[in-house]
Amino acid sequence: MSAASLSAQFLDIVIALLLAPLLTGWVNQWRARLQNRSAPSLLQPYRLLHKLFHKESVLAEHASPLFRGAPYILLGCMTLACAIVPTLSTDLPLAPAADAIALVGLFALGRLFISLAAMDIGTAFGTLGARREMLVGFLAEPALLMVLFSVSQIAGSTSLTTIVERLADQGPAIYTSVMFAGVAFTLVALAENARIPVDNPATHLELTMIHEALILEYSGRHLALIEWAASLKLFAYSGIGLALFFPWGVSEGQSPFAVLYALPVLILKLAIGGFLLAVLETISAKLRIFRVPEFLATAFLLAVIGMLVNNLQGH
Amino acid sequence: MSGLSIQLIDFLAALLLMLSFAMISQRRILSLIHLFTLQGITLVATTAIVAHATGQEHLYLSAGLTFALKVILIPLLLHRIIDRLNVRWDVETLINIPTLMIIGIVLVIVAFDLALPIAKLSTSIARGTLGIALACVLLSLMMMITRSKAVPQVIGFLSLENGLFFAATASTNGMPMVVELGIALDVLVGVLILGVFMFHIREQFESLDIRHLERLKED
Repeated sequence: MSAASLSAQFLDIVIALLLAPLLTGWVNQWRARLQNRSAPSLLQPYRLLHKLFHKESVLAEHASPLFRGAPYILLGCMTLACAIVPTLSTDLPLAPAADAIALVGLFALGRLFISLAAMDIGTAFGTLGARREMLVGFLAEPALLMVLFSVSQIAGSTSLTTIVERLADQGPAIYTSVMFAGVAFTLVALAENARIPVDNPATHLELTMIHEALILEYSGRHLALIEWAASLKLFAYSGIGLALFFPWGVSEGQSPFAVLYALPVLILKLAIGGFLLAVLETISAKLRIFRVPEFLATAFLLAVIGMLVNNLQGH
Repeated sequence: MSGLSIQLIDFLAALLLMLSFAMISQRRILSLIHLFTLQGITLVATTAIVAHATGQEHLYLSAGLTFALKVILIPLLLHRIIDRLNVRWDVETLINIPTLMIIGIVLVIVAFDLALPIAKLSTSIARGTLGIALACVLLSLMMMITRSKAVPQVIGFLSLENGLFFAATASTNGMPMVVELGIALDVLVGVLILGVFMFHIREQFESLDIRHLERLKED
Protein backbone atom coordinates (compact mmCIF):
# COMPACT_ATOMS: atom_id res chain seq x y z
CA MET A 1 0.00 0.00 0.00
CA SER A 2 1.80 3.05 -1.22
CA ALA A 3 1.27 6.68 -0.34
CA ALA A 4 -0.12 7.26 -3.82
CA SER A 5 -2.89 4.69 -3.44
CA LEU A 6 -3.70 5.97 0.06
CA SER A 7 -4.01 9.50 -1.23
CA ALA A 8 -6.12 8.28 -4.15
CA GLN A 9 -8.45 6.54 -1.71
CA PHE A 10 -8.63 9.63 0.49
CA LEU A 11 -9.33 11.84 -2.50
CA ASP A 12 -11.99 9.38 -3.73
CA ILE A 13 -13.93 9.67 -0.47
CA VAL A 14 -13.52 13.44 -0.11
CA ILE A 15 -14.56 14.07 -3.71
CA ALA A 16 -17.60 11.83 -3.24
CA LEU A 17 -18.64 13.62 -0.05
CA LEU A 18 -18.16 17.06 -1.59
CA LEU A 19 -19.44 16.44 -5.10
CA ALA A 20 -22.52 14.37 -4.23
CA PRO A 21 -24.74 17.35 -3.21
CA LEU A 22 -23.49 19.21 -6.28
CA LEU A 23 -24.65 16.33 -8.50
CA THR A 24 -28.08 16.43 -6.84
CA GLY A 25 -28.20 20.19 -7.38
CA TRP A 26 -27.20 19.79 -11.01
CA VAL A 27 -29.96 17.22 -11.63
CA ASN A 28 -32.53 19.38 -9.85
CA GLN A 29 -31.48 22.43 -11.82
CA TRP A 30 -31.88 20.67 -15.15
CA ARG A 31 -35.17 19.17 -14.06
CA ALA A 32 -36.50 22.63 -13.27
CA ARG A 33 -35.23 24.06 -16.55
CA LEU A 34 -36.70 21.25 -18.62
CA GLN A 35 -40.03 21.68 -16.87
CA ASN A 36 -40.10 25.44 -17.52
CA ARG A 37 -39.67 26.36 -13.87
CA SER A 38 -37.09 28.84 -12.69
CA ALA A 39 -34.16 26.72 -11.63
CA PRO A 40 -32.72 26.69 -8.10
CA SER A 41 -29.05 27.47 -7.68
CA LEU A 42 -26.52 24.69 -8.10
CA LEU A 43 -25.49 25.20 -4.49
CA GLN A 44 -29.00 24.75 -3.13
CA PRO A 45 -28.31 21.26 -1.66
CA TYR A 46 -25.33 22.68 0.27
CA ARG A 47 -27.52 25.48 1.63
CA LEU A 48 -30.12 22.91 2.63
CA LEU A 49 -27.48 20.86 4.45
CA HIS A 50 -26.12 23.99 6.12
CA LYS A 51 -29.59 25.02 7.24
CA LEU A 52 -30.48 21.58 8.57
CA PHE A 53 -27.21 21.13 10.45
CA HIS A 54 -27.90 24.36 12.35
CA LYS A 55 -31.46 23.44 13.25
CA GLU A 56 -32.54 21.69 16.37
CA SER A 57 -33.31 18.01 15.92
CA VAL A 58 -36.74 17.14 17.21
CA LEU A 59 -37.23 13.57 18.35
CA ALA A 60 -40.47 11.75 18.95
CA GLU A 61 -41.16 10.83 22.55
CA HIS A 62 -40.86 7.08 21.99
CA ALA A 63 -37.89 7.16 19.66
CA SER A 64 -35.41 4.40 20.43
CA PRO A 65 -31.63 4.67 19.96
CA LEU A 66 -32.15 2.90 16.62
CA PHE A 67 -34.02 5.94 15.35
CA ARG A 68 -31.19 8.23 16.33
CA GLY A 69 -28.47 5.90 15.04
CA ALA A 70 -29.97 5.07 11.66
CA PRO A 71 -28.90 8.30 9.87
CA TYR A 72 -25.28 7.74 10.89
CA ILE A 73 -25.38 4.11 9.76
CA LEU A 74 -26.95 5.15 6.46
CA LEU A 75 -24.34 7.82 5.82
CA GLY A 76 -21.60 5.36 6.78
CA CYS A 77 -22.91 2.73 4.33
CA MET A 78 -23.13 5.20 1.49
CA THR A 79 -19.69 6.67 2.17
CA LEU A 80 -18.16 3.20 2.21
CA ALA A 81 -19.98 2.40 -1.03
CA CYS A 82 -18.54 5.54 -2.62
CA ALA A 83 -15.11 4.56 -1.32
CA ILE A 84 -15.29 1.18 -3.03
CA VAL A 85 -16.55 2.42 -6.39
CA PRO A 86 -13.57 3.39 -8.55
CA THR A 87 -14.53 6.86 -9.71
CA LEU A 88 -11.08 8.42 -9.89
CA SER A 89 -8.55 5.63 -9.53
CA THR A 90 -8.60 1.84 -9.63
CA ASP A 91 -5.76 1.64 -7.14
CA LEU A 92 -7.92 1.78 -4.02
CA PRO A 93 -6.77 0.14 -0.77
CA LEU A 94 -10.37 -0.30 0.39
CA ALA A 95 -11.55 -1.93 -2.83
CA PRO A 96 -10.60 -5.54 -1.90
CA ALA A 97 -12.87 -5.17 1.14
CA ALA A 98 -15.98 -5.61 -0.98
CA ASP A 99 -16.71 -6.75 -4.50
CA ALA A 100 -19.82 -5.87 -6.49
CA ILE A 101 -21.99 -8.36 -4.60
CA ALA A 102 -20.97 -7.00 -1.21
CA LEU A 103 -21.65 -3.54 -2.55
CA VAL A 104 -25.27 -4.52 -3.23
CA GLY A 105 -25.35 -5.84 0.33
CA LEU A 106 -24.07 -2.51 1.59
CA PHE A 107 -26.95 -0.68 -0.07
CA ALA A 108 -29.32 -3.26 1.41
CA LEU A 109 -27.89 -2.66 4.89
CA GLY A 110 -28.54 1.06 4.62
CA ARG A 111 -32.05 0.42 3.40
CA LEU A 112 -32.74 -2.04 6.20
CA PHE A 113 -31.76 0.41 8.92
CA ILE A 114 -33.62 3.38 7.52
CA SER A 115 -36.74 1.25 7.09
CA LEU A 116 -36.50 -0.07 10.65
CA ALA A 117 -36.05 3.47 11.91
CA ALA A 118 -39.10 4.61 9.97
CA MET A 119 -41.17 1.87 11.62
CA ASP A 120 -39.65 2.58 15.02
CA ILE A 121 -41.70 5.71 15.65
CA GLY A 122 -44.93 3.93 14.87
CA THR A 123 -46.57 6.55 12.69
CA ALA A 124 -48.62 5.37 9.76
CA PHE A 125 -46.52 7.18 7.16
CA GLY A 126 -43.24 5.77 8.36
CA THR A 127 -44.58 2.21 8.20
CA LEU A 128 -46.09 2.83 4.78
CA GLY A 129 -42.84 4.26 3.47
CA ALA A 130 -40.82 1.41 4.95
CA ARG A 131 -43.03 -1.22 3.34
CA ARG A 132 -42.89 0.46 -0.03
CA GLU A 133 -39.14 0.91 0.23
CA MET A 134 -38.71 -2.78 0.96
CA LEU A 135 -41.03 -3.67 -1.95
CA VAL A 136 -38.92 -1.63 -4.34
CA GLY A 137 -35.68 -2.82 -2.77
CA PHE A 138 -36.29 -6.54 -2.90
CA LEU A 139 -37.25 -6.32 -6.57
CA ALA A 140 -34.39 -4.03 -7.52
CA GLU A 141 -31.66 -6.07 -5.84
CA PRO A 142 -31.83 -9.21 -8.03
CA ALA A 143 -31.94 -7.03 -11.13
CA LEU A 144 -28.89 -5.10 -9.97
CA LEU A 145 -27.05 -8.35 -9.18
CA MET A 146 -27.86 -9.70 -12.64
CA VAL A 147 -26.52 -6.50 -14.22
CA LEU A 148 -23.31 -6.84 -12.24
CA PHE A 149 -23.02 -10.54 -13.14
CA SER A 150 -23.40 -9.98 -16.86
CA VAL A 151 -20.65 -7.37 -16.88
CA SER A 152 -18.52 -9.55 -14.59
CA GLN A 153 -18.81 -12.40 -17.10
CA ILE A 154 -17.09 -10.27 -19.69
CA ALA A 155 -14.44 -8.87 -17.38
CA GLY A 156 -13.93 -12.17 -15.56
CA SER A 157 -14.15 -10.70 -12.09
CA THR A 158 -16.72 -9.34 -9.69
CA SER A 159 -14.36 -6.75 -8.26
CA LEU A 160 -15.31 -3.33 -9.60
CA THR A 161 -11.72 -2.13 -9.87
CA THR A 162 -10.73 -5.17 -11.96
CA ILE A 163 -13.80 -4.72 -14.16
CA VAL A 164 -12.86 -1.11 -14.85
CA GLU A 165 -9.24 -2.03 -15.62
CA ARG A 166 -10.13 -4.88 -17.99
CA LEU A 167 -12.91 -3.04 -19.82
CA ALA A 168 -10.85 0.13 -20.19
CA ASP A 169 -7.94 -1.87 -21.61
CA GLN A 170 -10.12 -3.53 -24.23
CA GLY A 171 -11.27 -0.24 -25.69
CA PRO A 172 -14.73 0.41 -27.13
CA ALA A 173 -16.51 -2.64 -28.55
CA ILE A 174 -20.13 -3.55 -29.14
CA TYR A 175 -21.11 -5.97 -26.42
CA THR A 176 -24.77 -6.76 -26.80
CA SER A 177 -25.04 -8.04 -23.25
CA VAL A 178 -23.49 -4.86 -21.87
CA MET A 179 -26.10 -2.79 -23.70
CA PHE A 180 -28.89 -4.84 -22.18
CA ALA A 181 -27.24 -4.54 -18.80
CA GLY A 182 -26.97 -0.78 -19.33
CA VAL A 183 -30.68 -0.36 -19.91
CA ALA A 184 -31.47 -2.62 -16.96
CA PHE A 185 -29.07 -0.68 -14.76
CA THR A 186 -30.74 2.60 -15.69
CA LEU A 187 -34.12 1.22 -14.63
CA VAL A 188 -32.72 -0.09 -11.34
CA ALA A 189 -30.90 3.16 -10.63
CA LEU A 190 -34.10 5.14 -11.19
CA ALA A 191 -35.98 2.91 -8.77
CA GLU A 192 -33.26 2.79 -6.13
CA ASN A 193 -32.65 6.52 -6.06
CA ALA A 194 -36.33 7.40 -5.68
CA ARG A 195 -36.49 8.95 -9.12
CA ILE A 196 -39.56 9.73 -11.14
CA PRO A 197 -41.08 6.63 -12.69
CA VAL A 198 -41.03 4.99 -9.27
CA ASP A 199 -40.93 7.79 -6.72
CA ASN A 200 -40.82 11.55 -6.91
CA PRO A 201 -38.06 13.10 -4.79
CA ALA A 202 -39.89 16.45 -4.75
CA THR A 203 -43.30 15.24 -3.68
CA HIS A 204 -45.06 15.39 -0.37
CA LEU A 205 -48.23 13.82 -1.66
CA GLU A 206 -49.17 11.11 0.80
CA LEU A 207 -50.39 8.55 -1.67
CA THR A 208 -47.33 8.46 -3.86
CA MET A 209 -44.31 9.14 -1.71
CA ILE A 210 -41.86 6.42 -0.77
CA HIS A 211 -38.57 7.97 0.24
CA GLU A 212 -40.19 11.09 1.67
CA ALA A 213 -42.55 9.00 3.79
CA LEU A 214 -39.59 7.11 5.22
CA ILE A 215 -37.87 10.21 6.50
CA LEU A 216 -40.93 12.21 7.45
CA GLU A 217 -40.17 12.06 11.18
CA TYR A 218 -36.59 13.21 10.86
CA SER A 219 -35.50 16.79 11.37
CA GLY A 220 -32.40 18.89 11.97
CA ARG A 221 -29.02 17.22 11.71
CA HIS A 222 -30.53 13.76 11.32
CA LEU A 223 -32.41 14.89 8.23
CA ALA A 224 -29.27 16.58 6.95
CA LEU A 225 -27.37 13.30 7.25
CA ILE A 226 -30.12 11.44 5.43
CA GLU A 227 -30.27 13.99 2.63
CA TRP A 228 -26.52 13.82 2.31
CA ALA A 229 -26.68 10.03 2.25
CA ALA A 230 -29.33 10.18 -0.50
CA SER A 231 -27.01 12.40 -2.56
CA LEU A 232 -24.15 9.99 -1.90
CA LYS A 233 -26.30 7.09 -3.03
CA LEU A 234 -27.02 8.84 -6.30
CA PHE A 235 -23.30 9.54 -6.63
CA ALA A 236 -22.42 5.92 -5.89
CA TYR A 237 -24.93 4.64 -8.43
CA SER A 238 -23.61 7.08 -11.03
CA GLY A 239 -20.12 5.85 -10.17
CA ILE A 240 -21.13 2.20 -10.63
CA GLY A 241 -22.82 3.04 -13.92
CA LEU A 242 -19.76 4.87 -15.20
CA ALA A 243 -17.46 2.09 -13.98
CA LEU A 244 -19.45 -0.63 -15.74
CA PHE A 245 -20.38 1.11 -18.97
CA PHE A 246 -17.96 4.01 -19.49
CA PRO A 247 -14.77 2.96 -17.74
CA TRP A 248 -12.42 5.10 -19.81
CA GLY A 249 -10.46 7.89 -18.24
CA VAL A 250 -10.07 6.39 -14.77
CA SER A 251 -6.52 6.48 -13.46
CA GLU A 252 -4.92 3.09 -12.89
CA GLY A 253 -2.58 4.21 -10.18
CA GLN A 254 0.52 5.07 -12.16
CA SER A 255 1.14 8.45 -10.58
CA PRO A 256 -0.62 10.85 -8.21
CA PHE A 257 -1.11 13.24 -11.13
CA ALA A 258 -3.16 10.70 -13.05
CA VAL A 259 -5.82 11.06 -10.36
CA LEU A 260 -5.90 14.81 -10.93
CA TYR A 261 -6.30 14.15 -14.64
CA ALA A 262 -9.17 11.75 -13.94
CA LEU A 263 -11.11 14.37 -11.97
CA PRO A 264 -12.20 16.61 -14.89
CA VAL A 265 -13.13 13.49 -16.87
CA LEU A 266 -15.26 12.31 -13.97
CA ILE A 267 -16.96 15.69 -13.63
CA LEU A 268 -17.69 15.77 -17.35
CA LYS A 269 -19.16 12.25 -17.28
CA LEU A 270 -21.26 13.05 -14.21
CA ALA A 271 -22.50 16.29 -15.80
CA ILE A 272 -23.67 14.43 -18.90
CA GLY A 273 -25.14 11.62 -16.82
CA GLY A 274 -26.97 14.04 -14.54
CA PHE A 275 -28.41 15.89 -17.51
CA LEU A 276 -29.64 12.62 -19.06
CA LEU A 277 -31.19 11.66 -15.74
CA ALA A 278 -33.10 14.95 -15.67
CA VAL A 279 -34.29 14.35 -19.25
CA LEU A 280 -35.41 10.82 -18.36
CA GLU A 281 -37.29 12.10 -15.36
CA THR A 282 -38.97 14.82 -17.36
CA ILE A 283 -40.20 12.63 -20.18
CA SER A 284 -41.56 9.81 -18.05
CA ALA A 285 -44.67 9.76 -15.94
CA LYS A 286 -44.90 8.52 -12.39
CA LEU A 287 -45.96 4.88 -12.18
CA ARG A 288 -48.65 3.62 -9.91
CA ILE A 289 -47.06 1.76 -7.00
CA PHE A 290 -48.47 -1.55 -8.22
CA ARG A 291 -46.86 -1.05 -11.60
CA VAL A 292 -43.44 -0.85 -9.98
CA PRO A 293 -43.00 -4.66 -9.86
CA GLU A 294 -43.61 -4.68 -13.60
CA PHE A 295 -41.02 -1.95 -14.10
CA LEU A 296 -38.43 -3.82 -12.08
CA ALA A 297 -39.35 -7.18 -13.61
CA THR A 298 -38.48 -5.59 -16.94
CA ALA A 299 -35.10 -4.58 -15.56
CA PHE A 300 -34.50 -8.11 -14.26
CA LEU A 301 -35.58 -9.58 -17.58
CA LEU A 302 -33.26 -7.34 -19.58
CA ALA A 303 -30.32 -8.21 -17.37
CA VAL A 304 -31.05 -11.96 -17.60
CA ILE A 305 -31.41 -11.77 -21.38
CA GLY A 306 -28.13 -9.89 -21.53
CA MET A 307 -26.47 -12.75 -19.68
CA LEU A 308 -28.10 -15.41 -21.87
CA VAL A 309 -27.13 -13.59 -25.07
CA ASN A 310 -23.61 -13.30 -23.75
CA ASN A 311 -23.47 -17.06 -23.23
CA LEU A 312 -24.99 -17.78 -26.64
CA GLN A 313 -22.80 -15.50 -28.65
CA GLY A 314 -19.79 -16.61 -26.70
CA HIS A 315 -17.81 -13.42 -26.41
CA MET B 1 -15.94 -10.99 -43.15
CA SER B 2 -15.15 -8.28 -40.68
CA GLY B 3 -15.64 -8.60 -36.97
CA LEU B 4 -17.63 -5.39 -36.91
CA SER B 5 -20.46 -6.67 -39.08
CA ILE B 6 -20.77 -9.81 -36.93
CA GLN B 7 -20.93 -7.61 -33.85
CA LEU B 8 -23.55 -5.43 -35.51
CA ILE B 9 -25.68 -8.41 -36.52
CA ASP B 10 -25.41 -9.85 -33.01
CA PHE B 11 -26.52 -6.49 -31.65
CA LEU B 12 -29.46 -6.22 -34.03
CA ALA B 13 -30.47 -9.77 -33.14
CA ALA B 14 -30.53 -8.84 -29.48
CA LEU B 15 -32.51 -5.72 -30.33
CA LEU B 16 -35.07 -7.87 -32.12
CA LEU B 17 -35.39 -10.03 -29.01
CA MET B 18 -35.83 -6.95 -26.86
CA LEU B 19 -38.57 -5.67 -29.17
CA SER B 20 -40.34 -9.03 -28.93
CA PHE B 21 -40.37 -8.72 -25.16
CA ALA B 22 -41.56 -5.14 -25.41
CA MET B 23 -44.44 -6.35 -27.57
CA ILE B 24 -45.45 -8.94 -24.99
CA SER B 25 -45.67 -6.33 -22.27
CA GLN B 26 -47.26 -3.57 -24.33
CA ARG B 27 -50.90 -2.82 -23.62
CA ARG B 28 -51.59 -0.11 -26.17
CA ILE B 29 -52.40 -1.07 -29.73
CA LEU B 30 -50.80 2.04 -31.18
CA SER B 31 -47.50 1.35 -29.41
CA LEU B 32 -47.66 -2.24 -30.64
CA ILE B 33 -47.74 -1.00 -34.22
CA HIS B 34 -44.80 1.30 -33.52
CA LEU B 35 -42.87 -1.63 -32.07
CA PHE B 36 -43.70 -3.72 -35.11
CA THR B 37 -42.37 -0.94 -37.36
CA LEU B 38 -39.17 -0.86 -35.31
CA GLN B 39 -38.82 -4.61 -35.77
CA GLY B 40 -39.13 -4.04 -39.51
CA ILE B 41 -36.37 -1.42 -39.41
CA THR B 42 -34.14 -3.84 -37.49
CA LEU B 43 -34.75 -6.48 -40.15
CA VAL B 44 -33.92 -4.08 -42.95
CA ALA B 45 -30.66 -3.10 -41.23
CA THR B 46 -29.73 -6.76 -40.68
CA THR B 47 -30.43 -7.70 -44.29
CA ALA B 48 -28.43 -4.75 -45.58
CA ILE B 49 -25.47 -5.62 -43.34
CA VAL B 50 -25.55 -9.29 -44.37
CA ALA B 51 -25.75 -8.20 -48.02
CA HIS B 52 -22.78 -5.90 -47.57
CA ALA B 53 -20.76 -8.47 -45.64
CA THR B 54 -21.35 -11.43 -47.96
CA GLY B 55 -21.50 -9.45 -51.18
CA GLN B 56 -24.79 -10.97 -52.28
CA GLU B 57 -26.51 -8.43 -54.50
CA HIS B 58 -30.02 -9.88 -54.30
CA LEU B 59 -30.10 -9.32 -50.53
CA TYR B 60 -30.16 -5.57 -51.14
CA LEU B 61 -33.32 -6.10 -53.13
CA SER B 62 -34.67 -8.16 -50.27
CA ALA B 63 -33.85 -5.35 -47.83
CA GLY B 64 -35.64 -2.87 -50.05
CA LEU B 65 -38.66 -5.15 -50.26
CA THR B 66 -38.70 -5.57 -46.48
CA PHE B 67 -38.50 -1.82 -46.05
CA ALA B 68 -41.38 -1.16 -48.42
CA LEU B 69 -43.55 -3.86 -46.90
CA LYS B 70 -42.78 -4.05 -43.20
CA VAL B 71 -41.78 -0.50 -42.46
CA ILE B 72 -44.18 1.39 -44.71
CA LEU B 73 -47.03 -0.61 -46.20
CA ILE B 74 -48.12 -2.98 -43.43
CA PRO B 75 -47.88 -0.41 -40.59
CA LEU B 76 -49.86 1.97 -42.81
CA LEU B 77 -52.50 -0.70 -43.36
CA LEU B 78 -52.61 -1.43 -39.63
CA HIS B 79 -52.99 2.27 -38.85
CA ARG B 80 -55.88 2.47 -41.29
CA ILE B 81 -57.51 -0.61 -39.81
CA ILE B 82 -57.34 0.66 -36.23
CA ASP B 83 -58.60 4.05 -37.36
CA ARG B 84 -61.59 2.57 -39.12
CA LEU B 85 -62.30 0.11 -36.33
CA ASN B 86 -61.94 3.01 -33.93
CA VAL B 87 -59.62 1.13 -31.59
CA ARG B 88 -56.64 3.48 -31.89
CA TRP B 89 -56.49 4.25 -28.19
CA ASP B 90 -57.61 0.85 -27.00
CA VAL B 91 -55.85 -0.48 -23.95
CA GLU B 92 -55.95 -4.19 -23.43
CA THR B 93 -56.18 -5.52 -19.90
CA LEU B 94 -53.24 -7.84 -19.57
CA ILE B 95 -52.91 -9.66 -16.33
CA ASN B 96 -49.64 -10.31 -14.66
CA ILE B 97 -46.97 -9.10 -17.00
CA PRO B 98 -44.10 -10.18 -14.68
CA THR B 99 -45.30 -13.79 -14.95
CA LEU B 100 -45.47 -13.48 -18.73
CA MET B 101 -41.93 -12.15 -18.73
CA ILE B 102 -40.64 -15.03 -16.65
CA ILE B 103 -42.33 -17.53 -18.98
CA GLY B 104 -40.68 -15.55 -21.77
CA ILE B 105 -37.25 -16.03 -20.18
CA VAL B 106 -37.89 -19.79 -19.97
CA LEU B 107 -38.84 -19.80 -23.66
CA VAL B 108 -35.63 -17.95 -24.50
CA ILE B 109 -33.55 -20.47 -22.58
CA VAL B 110 -35.30 -23.36 -24.37
CA ALA B 111 -34.77 -21.71 -27.75
CA PHE B 112 -31.08 -20.99 -27.08
CA ASP B 113 -30.53 -24.54 -25.90
CA LEU B 114 -32.25 -25.99 -28.98
CA ALA B 115 -30.32 -23.79 -31.36
CA LEU B 116 -26.90 -24.49 -29.90
CA PRO B 117 -26.22 -27.86 -31.63
CA ILE B 118 -27.60 -26.56 -34.92
CA ALA B 119 -25.47 -23.44 -34.73
CA LYS B 120 -22.35 -25.58 -34.28
CA LEU B 121 -22.96 -27.19 -37.67
CA SER B 122 -23.58 -23.90 -39.40
CA THR B 123 -20.82 -22.05 -41.20
CA SER B 124 -22.66 -18.82 -41.94
CA ILE B 125 -21.57 -15.49 -40.55
CA ALA B 126 -23.64 -15.04 -37.43
CA ARG B 127 -24.38 -18.42 -35.93
CA GLY B 128 -25.51 -17.14 -32.57
CA THR B 129 -28.49 -15.45 -34.13
CA LEU B 130 -30.40 -18.68 -34.85
CA GLY B 131 -31.26 -19.10 -31.20
CA ILE B 132 -32.47 -15.53 -30.97
CA ALA B 133 -34.62 -15.91 -34.08
CA LEU B 134 -36.16 -19.08 -32.64
CA ALA B 135 -36.79 -17.26 -29.36
CA CYS B 136 -38.53 -14.45 -31.26
CA VAL B 137 -40.79 -16.94 -32.99
CA LEU B 138 -41.71 -18.61 -29.68
CA LEU B 139 -42.31 -15.26 -28.00
CA SER B 140 -44.58 -14.12 -30.82
CA LEU B 141 -46.51 -17.37 -30.52
CA MET B 142 -46.91 -16.72 -26.81
CA MET B 143 -48.11 -13.22 -27.56
CA MET B 144 -50.76 -14.61 -29.91
CA ILE B 145 -51.89 -17.03 -27.21
CA THR B 146 -52.12 -14.47 -24.43
CA ARG B 147 -53.95 -11.74 -26.35
CA SER B 148 -57.70 -11.75 -26.65
CA LYS B 149 -58.17 -8.87 -29.08
CA ALA B 150 -57.91 -9.38 -32.81
CA VAL B 151 -55.47 -6.62 -33.78
CA PRO B 152 -52.71 -7.60 -31.30
CA GLN B 153 -53.06 -11.19 -32.47
CA VAL B 154 -52.48 -10.13 -36.05
CA ILE B 155 -49.45 -8.12 -34.96
CA GLY B 156 -48.21 -11.22 -33.11
CA PHE B 157 -48.56 -13.21 -36.31
CA LEU B 158 -46.62 -10.60 -38.26
CA SER B 159 -43.84 -10.45 -35.70
CA LEU B 160 -43.63 -14.26 -35.86
CA GLU B 161 -42.99 -13.93 -39.56
CA ASN B 162 -40.33 -11.32 -38.75
CA GLY B 163 -38.56 -13.87 -36.56
CA LEU B 164 -38.61 -16.45 -39.36
CA PHE B 165 -37.34 -13.94 -41.87
CA PHE B 166 -34.55 -12.97 -39.51
CA ALA B 167 -33.52 -16.61 -39.09
CA ALA B 168 -33.45 -17.01 -42.87
CA THR B 169 -31.35 -13.89 -43.46
CA ALA B 170 -28.90 -13.99 -40.61
CA SER B 171 -28.17 -17.69 -40.28
CA THR B 172 -28.43 -18.93 -43.87
CA ASN B 173 -27.41 -15.72 -45.67
CA GLY B 174 -30.78 -15.28 -47.32
CA MET B 175 -33.29 -17.43 -49.15
CA PRO B 176 -33.61 -17.56 -52.95
CA MET B 177 -35.35 -14.51 -54.34
CA VAL B 178 -38.41 -16.45 -55.52
CA VAL B 179 -39.12 -17.76 -52.04
CA GLU B 180 -38.68 -14.33 -50.53
CA LEU B 181 -41.05 -12.70 -52.98
CA GLY B 182 -43.59 -15.44 -52.34
CA ILE B 183 -43.42 -14.99 -48.57
CA ALA B 184 -43.62 -11.20 -48.85
CA LEU B 185 -46.77 -11.44 -50.96
CA ASP B 186 -48.23 -14.04 -48.60
CA VAL B 187 -47.78 -11.74 -45.63
CA LEU B 188 -49.30 -8.81 -47.47
CA VAL B 189 -52.32 -10.82 -48.57
CA GLY B 190 -52.54 -12.26 -45.05
CA VAL B 191 -52.80 -8.79 -43.54
CA LEU B 192 -55.46 -7.78 -46.04
CA ILE B 193 -57.56 -10.89 -45.37
CA LEU B 194 -57.15 -10.61 -41.61
CA GLY B 195 -58.20 -6.97 -41.87
CA VAL B 196 -61.40 -8.02 -43.62
CA PHE B 197 -61.89 -10.68 -40.94
CA MET B 198 -61.60 -8.07 -38.22
CA PHE B 199 -64.39 -6.02 -39.75
CA HIS B 200 -66.56 -9.11 -39.96
CA ILE B 201 -65.82 -10.10 -36.38
CA ARG B 202 -66.78 -6.67 -35.21
CA GLU B 203 -69.97 -6.67 -37.24
CA GLN B 204 -70.99 -10.01 -35.80
CA PHE B 205 -70.11 -9.44 -32.16
CA GLU B 206 -69.74 -5.67 -31.92
CA SER B 207 -66.35 -6.19 -30.36
CA LEU B 208 -62.94 -7.40 -31.40
CA ASP B 209 -62.60 -9.76 -28.48
CA ILE B 210 -61.72 -13.18 -29.85
CA ARG B 211 -63.30 -14.88 -26.85
CA HIS B 212 -66.68 -14.26 -28.46
CA LEU B 213 -65.71 -16.77 -31.10
CA GLU B 214 -65.52 -19.55 -28.54
CA ARG B 215 -69.27 -19.91 -28.30
CA LEU B 216 -70.69 -22.06 -31.04
CA LYS B 217 -74.32 -21.02 -30.85
CA GLU B 218 -76.20 -18.04 -29.61
CA ASP B 219 -77.97 -18.37 -26.35
